[in-house]
Order: sequence, then C-alpha cells, then structure tokens
Amino acid sequence: MTSMFGEPIVRREDPRLITGQGRYLDDLGRDALAAAFVRSPHAHARITGIDVDDALDVDGLVAVYTWEDLPGRVGERLPLLIPHPALTHGRTAYALARDVVRHVGEPVVMVVARDRYLAEDAAERVRVTYEPLPPVVGIENAANAAERVHDDVPGNVGAHLVQQTGDADAAISAAPHVLEFRLDIERSASMPLEGRGVYARWDADDESLRVYSSTQTSTSVRMAIAARLGLSAAKVEVIAPDVGGGFGVKIMHPWPEEVLIPWAARLLGREVKWAEDRREHFISSAHERGQVQHVRVGFDDEGRLLGLDVRIQHDHGAYTPYGIIVPIITSTQLLGPYKPGVYRVEFTSLYTNTVIVTPYRGAGRPQGTFCMERTMDRIADELGLDRAAVREVNLIRPEEFPYDQGLIFQDGRPLIYDSGDYPEMLRRIKELIGWDDFGAFRAEAERNGRRVGIGLACYVEGTGVGPYEGGHVEVDSSGRVHVATGLTSQGQGHQTVFAQIVASELGVPIDDVVVTTGDTRRFRYAVGTFASRAAVMSGNAIALASRKVREKALRVAGEALEADPHDLEIVDGVVRVKGNVTASIPLRTVAVLSNPLRYAFDDATAQATQFAVGGSMDEPPLTGEPGLEGTEYYSPPRSTFASGMHAAIVETDPDTAEVRILRYAVLHDCGRLINPRIVEGQIHGGVAQGIGGALYERMVYDADGQLLNASFMDFLMPYATEIPHVETGHMETASPLNPLGIKGAGEAGVIPGSAVIAAAIEDAEGIRITRMPISPSELYHLRLEAAAGTAERTRHARSAAIP
Amino acid sequence: MKPPPFDHHAPETLEEALEVLARTGEDAKVLAGGQSLIPLLNMRLAAPAHLVDINRVASLDTLEVTEEGVRIGALARHARVERSAQAAATQPLLRAALRHVAHPVIRNRGTVVGSLAHADPAAELPAVLALLEGTVEAASVAGRRTIGAAEFFAGPLESSLRPGELATGAFFPALPANAGIAFAEVARRHGDYAMAGAAALVTVDEDQRVSSARVAYLSVAATPLVLDLTGVLERRPPVTCDWAAAAAYARDHMDTDEDIHASAEYRRHLAGVLTERVLRAAAQQAL
Ligand SMILES: Cc1cc2nc3c(=O)[nH]c(=O)nc-3n(C[C@H](O)[C@H](O)[C@H](O)COP(=O)(O)OP(=O)(O)OC[C@H]3O[C@@H](n4cnc5c(N)ncnc54)[C@H](O)[C@@H]3O)c2cc1C
Repeated sequence: MTSMFGEPIVRREDPRLITGQGRYLDDLGRDALAAAFVRSPHAHARITGIDVDDALDVDGLVAVYTWEDLPGRVGERLPLLIPHPALTHGRTAYALARDVVRHVGEPVVMVVARDRYLAEDAAERVRVTYEPLPPVVGIENAANAAERVHDDVPGNVGAHLVQQTGDADAAISAAPHVLEFRLDIERSASMPLEGRGVYARWDADDESLRVYSSTQTSTSVRMAIAARLGLSAAKVEVIAPDVGGGFGVKIMHPWPEEVLIPWAARLLGREVKWAEDRREHFISSAHERGQVQHVRVGFDDEGRLLGLDVRIQHDHGAYTPYGIIVPIITSTQLLGPYKPGVYRVEFTSLYTNTVIVTPYRGAGRPQGTFCMERTMDRIADELGLDRAAVREVNLIRPEEFPYDQGLIFQDGRPLIYDSGDYPEMLRRIKELIGWDDFGAFRAEAERNGRRVGIGLACYVEGTGVGPYEGGHVEVDSSGRVHVATGLTSQGQGHQTVFAQIVASELGVPIDDVVVTTGDTRRFRYAVGTFASRAAVMSGNAIALASRKVREKALRVAGEALEADPHDLEIVDGVVRVKGNVTASIPLRTVAVLSNPLRYAFDDATAQATQFAVGGSMDEPPLTGEPGLEGTEYYSPPRSTFASGMHAAIVETDPDTAEVRILRYAVLHDCGRLINPRIVEGQIHGGVAQGIGGALYERMVYDADGQLLNASFMDFLMPYATEIPHVETGHMETASPLNPLGIKGAGEAGVIPGSAVIAAAIEDAEGIRITRMPISPSELYHLRLEAAAGTAERTRHARSAAIP
Repeated sequence: MKPPPFDHHAPETLEEALEVLARTGEDAKVLAGGQSLIPLLNMRLAAPAHLVDINRVASLDTLEVTEEGVRIGALARHARVERSAQAAATQPLLRAALRHVAHPVIRNRGTVVGSLAHADPAAELPAVLALLEGTVEAASVAGRRTIGAAEFFAGPLESSLRPGELATGAFFPALPANAGIAFAEVARRHGDYAMAGAAALVTVDEDQRVSSARVAYLSVAATPLVLDLTGVLERRPPVTCDWAAAAAYARDHMDTDEDIHASAEYRRHLAGVLTERVLRAAAQQAL
C-alpha cells in the first residue's frame, strides 16, 4: 500500500453533501418550537418601552422574553472572549438589549412559537418604542468622536496598541526617499451560505442539555453555556452538525442565541430551535475588513525599506467580544515576506454603531497585505523600478530562518517565521504569470484598443496557532478505525485529510477510517477551527495518537505472534512480521486481544475471554490500558508561517470601466501537502472571496447606520461566472515546528486579493488606486477625476513591467 | 423571512381565476413563477391576504408564433420562450434579451408575462415590449382589454392592471423587413439586474439608409424609456452615421438616478455607450 499522505484523493464527504444528504442545523429538530427575534431598527437608541400585548393574540405563541426576564448570568453582559491589556475599554452586549441598542439588528425581544412563521407573526406585533440617539457611522466620525457609541468610552477608542522595533521616525527621516499616503478598505463579511443556528433539547429526567450549534467551536460553546446556565459541564453536550460554511463568523461565541435558546429550552421543557435567516445574518452576526491606514515609509535608491510607520484606524463595530485579534493580525502580518527596516505600527480600535467586527477568513491579513503591497508598488513607481525587483530586494532570504520580526503575534508569542523560500517563490510566480513578457502582451492589446494591466502581491500567513488540539484514535473489533478530534468542520475536507493521516500512520485502508469532528460527546477538549489551524493542530495530534495506537498494536501483536514488536509492520490493516507474510494477525483481532474480557457477545470477542487467552498465569491479564486506542495532544511553541504570492492580469473597459480578470495565478507554500487537491480547493474558494472583496462586496451603511444592501440581491458575492480559472503552483517548505512538517492553508487564497487586483487596475489605468473595493462606477469617476487633475496618476507604472 | 399569513387559491380554469380575483380585489396578488413575488412576501414587503396561484390554469400555458409576431400566454416560462426557435426567428430580440434575465434556474420558473406585470424598470422584457410597441392582454369578469406598452407601464413596479384583472398574455410584434435588433446591458455580475441596458430596432430603406432608429432603455427611468433617434442619425447609411451624436442625444434626454451600484452620472454615461453599441449592431443586422 502506498502512503495516503500527499495523495490528491477526492473528498470523502462530497458524495453525501452534494447529493443532499448533509444534515445541517435546520434539518434537525423538525418538531422543535421556533424562536424569532425582534431586532433594533435603529443604529443607536434608548429603549423606552416594550409592549407585547398584540403578540399574545397570535395562536401558537409560547413565550415572549425581554432582558428583564433573563435571570442571573443569562442576563449579564456576554463575555469578552480574548482580553488584552491594550483593550482598555472593551465592551460587550447583553443577550437581549438592556436600555440601549447600539446597532441595527441588535436583539431586543425573543419570541418562541409553534413554528417560525408564527414566531415571526408574533414578533411583528411586538411594539418597542425608542428614543433615537445620534449614531456614529464610519471611521472618520468615530475618530472625531462628536458622538459616543458608549457613554463611558471617550473618543470611541476601545483599544490602542503600539509595537515598534526601534526608532522608525528617525530611520524614515534619514532615508533618501520618503513617501506618505493614506489607504482605505471597506467592510465585507464571511457570509456563509448557511447562517448561524442553535437547537437545544433539555432532558428533564437526566437534567442534561444537548445543544446543536452551527459553530466553529463546539467545545467552547459548551463551556460558555454551562457557565451561563449554571450547569456542570458534564451535563451539557454540544454538537456541530454539518456546517454550511463558517469563514470565521462562527468562531465568535457565545452568540446571544447560543445562550438564549438553551436557556429557553430548559425553562420551557421543550425543544427550541432558531435558524438565522439571511437578513439577520447581515445585520446581527459580524462583519470585517473596514480600516483606514496612514503610511510613512523611507527607502533607498533600490527600493529597500529603511523605516516603515503605519497608523491604522480599525472599525470595530458596536462591541468587542472577540477582543482585538483582527487589528493585531493586520499590524503584524502586514510585514509579509519582507524586512521592513525599522518598523513602528500603531492601531486605534474604534467603536461605531454598526454590526460587530470579528475575524473573517484572512482575519486582518488582507488589509495588512493591501497596505504593504500598495507600499511596494508606490516605491517602485517613485523610483521607476520594476515592481517585482523592489519586492525582491526586501525579501527575507532562505538562510535567514528562523526570522524574528521583533513583534508579538496574535497568540501572545513572538512573530518568528519558521521557514520559507520567498526568492524562489517570486521567481516562480513571475514565470507562471509571464511577468517579464507582459510588455509584449500589453503592446499587442493596446494596438487593438484594449487596456490591460498586471499586478503582484505577496503575503505571509501565521497559521496553526495554539494553544492545542487533541486526537483520539480507536480500532474496534471489526477493524474499523474511529478518529475523533474536538475542533469542527465547515466543509474544509477534514474527513478526508485526517483519514489520510491515520491511514498512513497506522497502515490501514482509508475506507476503514471514520472521522468525527466537533462533537463534545466524542472529544471534550479542543479550541476550535480558525486561523488555518485544523490540519496543523488536529492533524498532528491525530498523527501522534495514531503512532501511540500503532505502538500498542505492535506490542499486543508481538505477544500473540511471539515476535519482537520491532520486527513487525502494519500493512493494509494486518500486523505481520517483516519479510514473513504468513506470520500475521489482523488489527481487528489485535483490538480484541487488547481488551481482556470476561463476557463474549460474538465470535470475535470470544477470543479475548478468560478461558480463551493463554499467557502467563503470573502476570495480570491487562498491561497498560484496555482497548486499541490512544489519545494525544499537540501544542506548538508558536505559529507556523505559510506564504504565497498572487499575480493577476486584468482588462479594464475603456468605455464602461468594467474590470475583467484575464488571468489569476497563485504560488503557494503550506509546507508538506497532505492532499494537494484539497489545498487547491481551499485556494480557489479563497481567491473567489478575495476577488469578491476587491471588486464586488461591501457593506453600504447610510449616515443613520442603516445597512442598505442587506440581501444577496445587493450585497454582491461573485458567482462562478465572475471567477477566472485559477492557475496554481505549489512549493513545499516543511515546517520544522511540527511532526508532520505542515502549515495551514485555509485562509491563504483570500489574503492578497484586494492588493493584487488594485495593483493590476492601477497598472492598466495609470491612476493611483488607494481604496478597495472598486466598482465600475467608482473607476469611471476616478478616470474623470484623473482627467480633471483631482486624482493622482502613477508616474511610471504603465511601463514598469516592460523590460 | 417567512411570509405573513395569506389564503392560497388554486383555480384550474381562467373563469375560476377571474372569479376569485373579482371576489378578492385589492387584497389579492396573482402568483405566477413567484420569482419576484415570493421574495417580497418573505421579506414582508408585501402582505396580500389572498394569493391567486395561476400555475394550474393550463389554458394560459401557451406560446403562439405567427407572421405578425409572438403571443405569449401568462404561464409560459422565460426558458420556454428563450428556447423557441420559431419565436427567435420571428422576433430575435426576445431571445437576445431573455439571455440577460437572471439565471437559467430562475428562467425555468419565472414567466414573461409576470415580468411585464411586475413592471420593474430594471427588467429587460418591459423595455423590449416598449421598443416593439407590443401589447398586454388583460381579462377580468367584466371583460377583456388590450393595453399598449406605453400605457401599460405606469411607474416603478406599477402596471396599469386594475384590481380583479389578470394579464392573460402579451404580444410582441415580429421583426419588420429590412430591420435589425440588438440588445446590450452592463450588470455588476452576470445575470444581475443591469445598471443600464439598451435595446435597439433599426430599419433601413431600399437605399440602405437608416430610415428608423429607436432605442429602449432599462434602469435609467421609472418606466422603460424609448427614444426615437431617427432624426439624429439623419437618414445616412450606417457607415457614415454619427453614432456618437445619437449617444449624446440619448444622454441628454434621460434623467438617471443613483443607487448603491452606480452614480446617476455613470448610469447616464453607460446608457450613452450602450446606445452606440446597440445602434451599430442593429444597423449592421438590418443591412
Ligand atoms: C435572483 C433573481 C434575479 C433576477 N434577475 C432578473 C433580471 O435580471 N431581469 C429581470 O427581468 N428579472 C429578473 N428577475 C425576476 C424574474 O425575471 C421574475 O421571474 C419576473 O420578474 C416575474 O415573473 P414571475 O412569473 O416569477 O412573477 P411572480 O413573482 O409570480 O409575480 C410578480 C408580480 O407580477 C404579478 N403577476 C404575475 N403574473 C401576473 C399575471 N398574469 N397577471 C397579473 N399580475 C401578475 C404578481 O402578482 C406579482 O406582483 C430575477 C429574479 C431573481 C430571483
């Protein structure tokens, strides 16, 4: 049998999922009561009264709850999940609004009824009266702080953090060239096709709670529910069923609904379910990306960075339950594969009366990459140098690893890159896209009246953050291998890659391996699925658990075969003496033998009963633990750093200002590949989201804090028709930090999207692109402004790529 | 996103349908393909007490092509009309425009007549009907009437159908001799409602000069806007026509609005660009 590790096998979960056999949250609990929420129509207002009388007339209504009804910890502010010393003014919401609402969509009243239709009918009849307060919308208004989101947060500043590696100001001032500019990035959102959802069942006889949640962390939701409801964790189990996408928004927890639905289920003694609808997802889950960046950079004649000073204003929305992870990531990962000279970064995290901001795939990196890559392009333009050449002189060299950037990363640990080969990657991406031949392509296009441009963007992504994950591997008496890990799956292909790891480590056919994720009944200790960490964290833990099981199998088989375990191997689920195929014993028999029995219930287990087994009468029947199983944990010293470079060629229509992507190329290095097909799929999905963020998606808030495009009709996620073919090249620079040598791949594709598309449009148009996303309407106006002299033209970019 | 309560009526004949509509009047909405109405109900933007579902009225499921033109019954889906070779031969603008209506799955359910009745100024078919000077056939218990396109589109999402009235069909006149058509639009994504769109009908005389040139626009006004550009083009042969002048004329004769996808100015600019594109293409075809 060849090793399964590294094979591009097809995803084992797909036949089930694409034939409609998936079991998503709303497929469960058909008879459960349904909850619906009355949500704030105001961005900022004081609640002056709640009248539920009309709702009581709805036939099928079961209960109506307001904040006043919430007892004890259920009615307290939701937790601040990741405290940080710089988050001096962290604020979280109540599960149901108390006195003041701070964004449109904040839950105010919960209605429970026989079904969702009736719950919405009743919700529509609840009269909430408000005294509107002045809303704070947009980063500039938040920073001006004429009005406050929270009375007790001066300047609307939730957090302020500075990191520096030296005196950047001095380094910049002494540099031969200095540039200073501002960049803007707008909000988008994870927008999984399946929204959030919770379904809870209280077992009164057992006094226990089972909760299904469409979450990226069932173990942590369990702890949160137990704490809020005053239950022992042993009496709470949380299961993530099939989850129709997460992309970050479902790592936030506990959502108000994750506390309220279980609470109501217990109180009512009935099953209760809530499945978020699309409008709710737009206005009451989370967004990300909105930032304003002020850059000052000093560099030499070759474009080498001498000093970099970045000040970031980060829009955090109305509350900060997830802490300041996003701006921390922006401010550190901004550096990408480069040596920045002396670096100083400062961010201010601002409250606004809009939906909260928590990580969305890429989690602050797309903004950081946008900043750094726009800076590289500016420098090249200023000096009249090739944009790739400017990047080249700034790259960290392969012999410089481990490379310490001198900053503290999102996990509270030093930002030390473990491995990579950036110069080789740059060489290969240039080759893949045909960077050096683009001049000829452009000349030909221009002869036909067409306008084309090329762009390049590079990033480094800290993946596989700790603190830990675990894995449990167990071989049963039929030879089937059950694998469990606590983190959850949202369609990434964990069932496939974890099985590949086990099949390779244990020497069993992959078809015998069954993987369970995100079910606290099967594995109770875990952190969650985010930060491209599942393969690194659970993958390594599962590999270690498999090795433990293998060792035990060899020991037990050695006793049965009277052979030295060192002389044994496991091939295709059979333990055999190397070089002697007749001396063998199937793993399923080893599993039976590893559990000495008094009682038999079939022929297989009969082999392990007390009168069947031989062995010494002086030794105890059991050595170590029973069962052919093992649990192991993997906890890394720090993150491992994947990297990538994207290049794109775009065409802009001279008349309509439409942007078409002609080619999109990706070079990607996530260490050793467990399954290249799955990595490529992850990249494709990421690229699609990156293009969405660059050309289509934005959250359009008006001055009153109303989200104007809260539907799929007006929030434009790209269709397949908008996404070009993605050309991919892989590199495999193993991580020295973990046993499998792997790095994360989940977020990679999305990170440089806005940076590379902005660069290509700028190159096509010769007009500076400083804000993303960009629509045809905006590009059209930019052209008018450039013609009128009010928008800046680039100096050299149109010819920079022509050798 | 669940609709408020309503009574569902499922008539099987036209007479039954008209009878229910007469009885429920203002409180009723006709349900055809549901591709526009159901989202409105789910978002609780509409709350009719009665839905009159015409999907079982077999006599409305018709598509008739004659020399005069294409007559489309109220239950004919976009997809059926789009695929009809006869319809395309008689009035090619139908297929050209239908390809821009949403996506194949929506075209499998949505109806041509429903799209007209919905009267969305961003929809393709109302502009086509307006350009071709087609008609909508309406029926009620009181009788039948034929409504010309210009009169039919009363405002944004507002037709001149009266309470109790059902649009039973629509008639799109055939392409005249020596004429050409073209359709073009610019949408944010493939299949989206367009930021601007234009359909042209150009006829040439026996000297191959442009004898008539009309363009209908979508998404630039509250109802489909039709401009006659014959005069601007000065009866020249297409090769010497001043298309840019026609585009400028068009831009000057529309009052566009902004929305979150396009500024008013950009929309007007696009309409100009599209004017040139569709006129050139239609004239080319007419030759
Ligand atoms: C994602 C999406 C994208 C779309 N994109 C486009 C697009 O790009 N261009 C476009 O033109 N359309 C688009 N549509 C709308 C689609 O074309 C609809 O099918 C069409 O607008 C309405 O047809 P229907 O049969 O579905 O009507 P319904 O939704 O059933 O009805 C629409 C309205 O018309 C009334 N009505 C329907 N039939 C009659 C009748 N016979 N007599 C009287 N009143 C009637 C209804 O009462 C209702 O008010 C899109 C729809 C979706 C969901």
